[in-house]
Amino acid sequence: MKRFLLAAMTAWCLAASSAGAREAAALAEDPVVEQRLIRISEDIRCLVCQNESLAGSRADLANDLRREIRKLIREGKSDAEITAFLVSRYGDFVLYRPPVKPLTWVLWFGPFLLMLGGVVFLMSSLRRRQRTHAASVAPVLSDDERRRAEALLDATEPRS
Amino acid sequence: MKKRFLWPLALFIVLVGFLAAGLKRDPSLVPSPLIGKPAPAFDLPRLSGDARFSPKDMSGQVWIFNVWASWCVACREEHPVLVALAREKIVPIVGLNYKDQPADANLWLQRHGDPYGLSALDADGRVGIDYGVYGVPETYVIDKAGVIRFKNIGPVTREVLDEQIRPLLKELQR
Repeated sequence: MKRFLLAAMTAWCLAASSAGAREAAALAEDPVVEQRLIRISEDIRCLVCQNESLAGSRADLANDLRREIRKLIREGKSDAEITAFLVSRYGDFVLYRPPVKPLTWVLWFGPFLLMLGGVVFLMSSLRRRQRTHAASVAPVLSDDERRRAEALLDATEPRS
Repeated sequence: MKKRFLWPLALFIVLVGFLAAGLKRDPSLVPSPLIGKPAPAFDLPRLSGDARFSPKDMSGQVWIFNVWASWCVACREEHPVLVALAREKIVPIVGLNYKDQPADANLWLQRHGDPYGLSALDADGRVGIDYGVYGVPETYVIDKAGVIRFKNIGPVTREVLDEQIRPLLKELQR
């Protein structure tokens, strides 16, 4: 009985591993195509699960789109052409790196503008503080006032 | 001088405004780049009969193109609206049966009513990709010249029909 079980398990393992190997072979049918597919689709948003890339999504539509991309790769289309194919159907939204155009200027340059504004604000407030600080530590005496002050100090000195 | 202390508050209010507006928007609705572009051509078999269907067949008339499937739950929600619209006979409704089994599709139409003059069979979803379909149901309004003028993602509600589709149909059919 034990021997039979062992044999059955071995057979099952072998069958399972060979099935796995077949599946892997099918996926790597053309490793060059698959590699390009992954590189392109990693930068494409899956529209069904929007926080997943097309490369990582298991959604039905993602499968279909990967199939289309594979077909386009085999037809010899360039990466730019394939991206354009997807953008013309689903819009710029599918790109994780949106193109620089007037509509996206705020998106691309807004953070730098905000930083510039912050730096300007910081500089001006630092300068203002420095000015008020300087004014408070160094009260300006005219020569006349200084002489009177010295005279007063001299006059009081012997008594102390 | 006192006004300076109101600046953070003002910025905060602006931020809250943006966030509140963002909360009300549905991020799953992606504007279609196809609006204003000619409806992509295709040639597909019909759900019933041996004839085929191509968008060219509809040139010269305004028509509604509705992507549906028997497996699609939200389609059931919009279906009564489409059936009622079809009864008015003001606009032809063509269906695109998307990634479905013809037998299931026919059964579904028998059960829920058939608002479609005809349905084209997009078994592998290839035409759906050309139309930028990513969530069934989706509905397009196509004008006499074959240009897509409107797209609705998700179920067509009575509000969408009355406030957006009807006025557009009236304008396009003039």
